[in-house]
Amino acid sequence: MTVMSYLGAIGAAQKEAMLADERVVIIGEDVEANVYGTTGGAGKSRASEGDFLQQFGRNRIRNTPISEEVIVGAAIGAAMTGLRPIVDLSYSSFLYMAMDQFVNQAAKNRYMFGGQASVPVVFRSAMFYGLNTGAHHSDRPYPMFMNVPGLKIVTPAFPSDAKGLLRTAVDTDDPVLVFEACVLWGSKEEVDEREYRIPFGVGRSVRTGTDATVIAVSGAVPEAVAAADALAPEGISVEVFDPRTLVPLDVEGILDAAARTGRVVVADPAHRTCGAAAEISALISEHVFDALRGPVRRVTTPDVQIPFSPALEKQLYPNRVAIADAVRASLGVAAPTTGRDGDDSTGPDGSGGTPPSGQDAAVATGAAR
Amino acid sequence: MTDPAPRSLPRDTQLEMQRRMLRIRRFDERASKMVKRGQIPGTVHTSIGQEAQVVGACMALGDTDFMTGNHRSHGHPIGKGAPLGPLMAELVGKSGGVCQGKGGSLHLADFAVGSLGESGIVGGSIPIAVGAGLSSKVLANDRVSLAFFGDGAANQGCLYEGMNMAGVWKLPVIFLCENNQYALSTPAHTVTSGVIADRGSGFGMPGVRVENGQDVLAVHEAVSAAVQRARAGDGPSLVEVITYRYNEHSEGLRLGVDYRNAQEKAQWLARDPIVLFREDLIRRGVAAAEELDALEADVLREVDDAVAFSDQSPYPELSVAFDDLYSDSRFAVHRFRDSSFGTLEAVR
Ligand SMILES: Cc1ncc(C[n+]2csc(CCOP(=O)(O)OP(=O)(O)O)c2C)c(N)n1
Ligand SMILES: [Mg+2]
Repeated sequence: MTVMSYLGAIGAAQKEAMLADERVVIIGEDVEANVYGTTGGAGKSRASEGDFLQQFGRNRIRNTPISEEVIVGAAIGAAMTGLRPIVDLSYSSFLYMAMDQFVNQAAKNRYMFGGQASVPVVFRSAMFYGLNTGAHHSDRPYPMFMNVPGLKIVTPAFPSDAKGLLRTAVDTDDPVLVFEACVLWGSKEEVDEREYRIPFGVGRSVRTGTDATVIAVSGAVPEAVAAADALAPEGISVEVFDPRTLVPLDVEGILDAAARTGRVVVADPAHRTCGAAAEISALISEHVFDALRGPVRRVTTPDVQIPFSPALEKQLYPNRVAIADAVRASLGVAAPTTGRDGDDSTGPDGSGGTPPSGQDAAVATGAAR
Repeated sequence: MTDPAPRSLPRDTQLEMQRRMLRIRRFDERASKMVKRGQIPGTVHTSIGQEAQVVGACMALGDTDFMTGNHRSHGHPIGKGAPLGPLMAELVGKSGGVCQGKGGSLHLADFAVGSLGESGIVGGSIPIAVGAGLSSKVLANDRVSLAFFGDGAANQGCLYEGMNMAGVWKLPVIFLCENNQYALSTPAHTVTSGVIADRGSGFGMPGVRVENGQDVLAVHEAVSAAVQRARAGDGPSLVEVITYRYNEHSEGLRLGVDYRNAQEKAQWLARDPIVLFREDLIRRGVAAAEELDALEADVLREVDDAVAFSDQSPYPELSVAFDDLYSDSRFAVHRFRDSSFGTLEAVR
């Protein structure tokens, strides 16, 4: 085991995949110079072996023109004819440039050609939300793609998952979109430096608990853990479950986790309407309604564009305060007036005092309504 | 108007060209009738009138070379040598269809002959062809890739992203513009700035205009040069072929306005590529009239057989609607009448 950062784990998985299979190529803007930090090679190995370009050469590490539509389309065509490309699309907000190729080609080609096409391609992109990059770089667009049958959607929240899920993605004969949250880039974890793969459709029980369940996605996972930590001293025991892949979705794992406590909060950094949280909430309501002891609550980013000013942006995403408030609301308990997580930077009313039912606070924090 | 094309191809190749042009003509004529009789659901876009352009290009490719196309879709796989039965069954929506009834006319594909798929999205398959060229380059397997697209698609941005990428990476790609002078009702000159072929030079590649796209040998010659260049590692080419479609944009379409005048139509009808090549073959002594008559009869039988193949093929079972969405059908979590995304079964 080695301590790896989230970004380092992605780089490690890419290197493993490049070494394991000649058909794997990495294409994207600025990948040669390792601008986004996953094609450099880590620490010692970089010093001795060089970066990816030096190790694998220009035939397999390809800087592309800034042409997202043909980057995505060509990767699909290459995948249909013998390569297994990993495409680095840098920012998730740029995926829209290639929407036609994702939706009309990547997702449909196997199906509409009656199984003749195999499309083994991975599209990686980073969600730069919470970093004051403004409206054109902060998107968390995975729900749009969950709405497109034929695509697989992966949202790792931990370094070990980022590595194991990316290896599985490269092995998969279907188009896979990996959404990486930049807020997680620096997070560290003990990671097995040997090759391993994590199956799609199997969630991760991050923490067990008995009073309430938080199903959390991507960057909301560590916030859910922090909320669970904050609630423990109040005598509230919270289970945190991370589906890890949104398509396929670990429906069983989600339903089990939900039914175990009967009080459920779904935390999802995407916009609320038709988001991942909406789908997960609906599944829980449809399948384990009888086990619920209250309505499923969603903590999401409200349906608003992302403003630049740090004063406006930071409280929009599901954070530990909003998640903890939602858990208390589901349990029908008020926040303690003291002893609450008082870190102002985590929310507008992080110092507490606002009852969980306070409508304004709930809306402002994206908390459950 | 006529390019002096070499008439020195092997006799068998020339006869095969005529056979494939006839296959397209008779197949599309039959498909048109079947649409009008309700035997083919939806509509089809025929390549009638454009056979020389299609076959000249396809036959400049090798069997293992790749090709992508568009909504005017039947000619491309036929030109590449696909058998007619599974194509016809696909148009009808039968299980014996080349795409098992999932694609239909707009989305034909026959990977066995290098046909990577037609596209209902104008321009949408061009990047796919670029990607096939990228594969060939990275894997060094000497395969060439050709993208068919119309004059209308020539104004899609993805073409230029694709030409730039193929140019800078020297990919073995041929961008083949089928300029039939109209995009649905819109005359190309009213929406196209400059000459399409001239756009090649902007990307550092040859841009060739085949003025007489009704001459299969002229098309074949131009595309062969592009193929040769691609195989030599010299990169992509743009070939624009001037041609004309005889039928309406799609079968059954009735527009209130006549956007093409009768005189223009008559002029192009007088330059029927199949008639012209037949006369040429006879004049040059490549084939006798009787031989060509026999070939025509042969092709008619092939089309009859294709319809018979389709007729005897059953419609697909309902359950296959959920196959081939993913590499493993367990990943398609919905079934008919499922209440929600996901079932209680594991979807690992
Ligand atoms: C992206 C997109 N826009 C519009 C259409 C509707 N449409 C289908 S075919 C066509 C005309 C295409 O003209 P051209 O590319 O010249 O091909 P042709 O039909 O002449 O062979 C149009 C507008 C479409 N299918 N896809
Ligand atoms: Mg046209």
